[in-house]
Amino acid sequence: MKLELKDTPGQLLGALKPISDIGGNIITIIHQRDQTTAENTLTVDIVLELAEKKLDALIEALRERGCGVVRIGKQRLLQKQSLIMIGHLMHTDLTDTVDRIDQTGFAEVSELHMVMPAIDEPSTAKITLRAVSPEDMLHAVRILREVAAQKDILILEPLEGVE
Amino acid sequence: MKVAIIGFGVVGQGLARALADTGFTITAVADSRSAAIDADGLNIPDILARKEETGLCGDTGIGSAAILSSGAFDILVEVSPTNADTGEPALSTIRSALAMGKHVVTSNKGPIACAYHELKALADQKGVKLGYEATVAGAVPIVSGLRQGLAGNTISSLHGILNGTCNYILTRMRDEGLTYPQALQEARDLGYAEADPTYDVKGIDAAIKLVILANTLLGMDIRLSDVAITGIDSITPEALSLAEAEGATIRLIGEILPGKNQVRVSPRVISLDHPLVVDGTLNAISVCCDLAGPVTFIGKGAGPYPTASAILSDLNFIRDAYDRGA
Repeated sequence: MKLELKDTPGQLLGALKPISDIGGNIITIIHQRDQTTAENTLTVDIVLELAEKKLDALIEALRERGCGVVRIGKQRLLQKQSLIMIGHLMHTDLTDTVDRIDQTGFAEVSELHMVMPAIDEPSTAKITLRAVSPEDMLHAVRILREVAAQKDILILEPLEGVE
Repeated sequence: MKVAIIGFGVVGQGLARALADTGFTITAVADSRSAAIDADGLNIPDILARKEETGLCGDTGIGSAAILSSGAFDILVEVSPTNADTGEPALSTIRSALAMGKHVVTSNKGPIACAYHELKALADQKGVKLGYEATVAGAVPIVSGLRQGLAGNTISSLHGILNGTCNYILTRMRDEGLTYPQALQEARDLGYAEADPTYDVKGIDAAIKLVILANTLLGMDIRLSDVAITGIDSITPEALSLAEAEGATIRLIGEILPGKNQVRVSPRVISLDHPLVVDGTLNAISVCCDLAGPVTFIGKGAGPYPTASAILSDLNFIRDAYDRGA
């Protein structure tokens, strides 16, 4: 988000406090002092992680402190993870496998790269999931593992876990 | 000190050769069908030659029971093949030796995986040492590395390549584009895989090693049935290609997360620059420690001399700690 602050001492700190109070995780702050506006305010770009339902409360808290929120850009599905699936992927209803993730509301299948070497041979696919938070990603991988167990599909997880 | 060797296959014979000129005297050996005992020290070159010729190391009328009742040893070295289900007959042999107040050193995973806590309590009660460095990752000093080398650290995770057969097969599938059956056949031809490779390729061998590490070094109390096990026998060449396209490959990884009480063996997609990606039959273990940070051990996981190295390490520890009068 891009914030507009008065150019007086302590303003930036005052703007950051509501973010931590509400449980947001600040990832970067870009603060350019030389770009003041005509009203003697300056703008700050802040990248943060925050549960979506808390966003309105944060904007309200910032306004009470006199910080204007100029712009909010949202990227919902920040987490990404690729896994490999081996098995009879088409014959075990691939659409259903993908739907079981997409239906969650917190995770989606964003990419699927499938190789089918021969008829009746197991096929192999790289499946890329996106999810809202690391916890949601763990949950999505758990769902995929359950679906795979039902369909006799082998899932290869990355060693490092969630990126 | 006097050493009795139970189990006289490649490991037992390798150890007998390695013990020459070390100051340890071998007073008894037993294989599955025979035994030889001499309280003054056996003639090892003769016994190795007899084993070579006849398949027997000694007289068929006696066995490990006779060695135990002779009491003609300070340290019992148990190197017979692993029985993962019950640990027997090695478990009973080890229990008897400890009860007699004898030190025990073993490469046999069965008794340690099945009954470590019981055996350790018995050894402590008798004031003797139970050494099992050779049970996990062959020559790699993972037991002493974690117990002494990294003492004082809390370990948050352990990941390892613990089965050389699987690592060889996956290495060859990646390097040469072989299918699983082709790579398995090659491993058999080279003597890296058994005629029945189930125990290795299904991940059971790696899982037993995880049970040992979890129970003896990471404060857990689990059984083989608590480990989630997936083997490598369904891995396709296409899976390796898909991993390769991302700068990764596939390896059979044993994982212990003590905080989550989670222990599993499964093929995983792993970045090619990860320290655990070792080639061929090598073993590797990485631990994450609160003070030391990440530490990785790499070395030969099997073979008579790497195993003898781990056994000798335990024997020397015992001599340094207990043989003050000699």
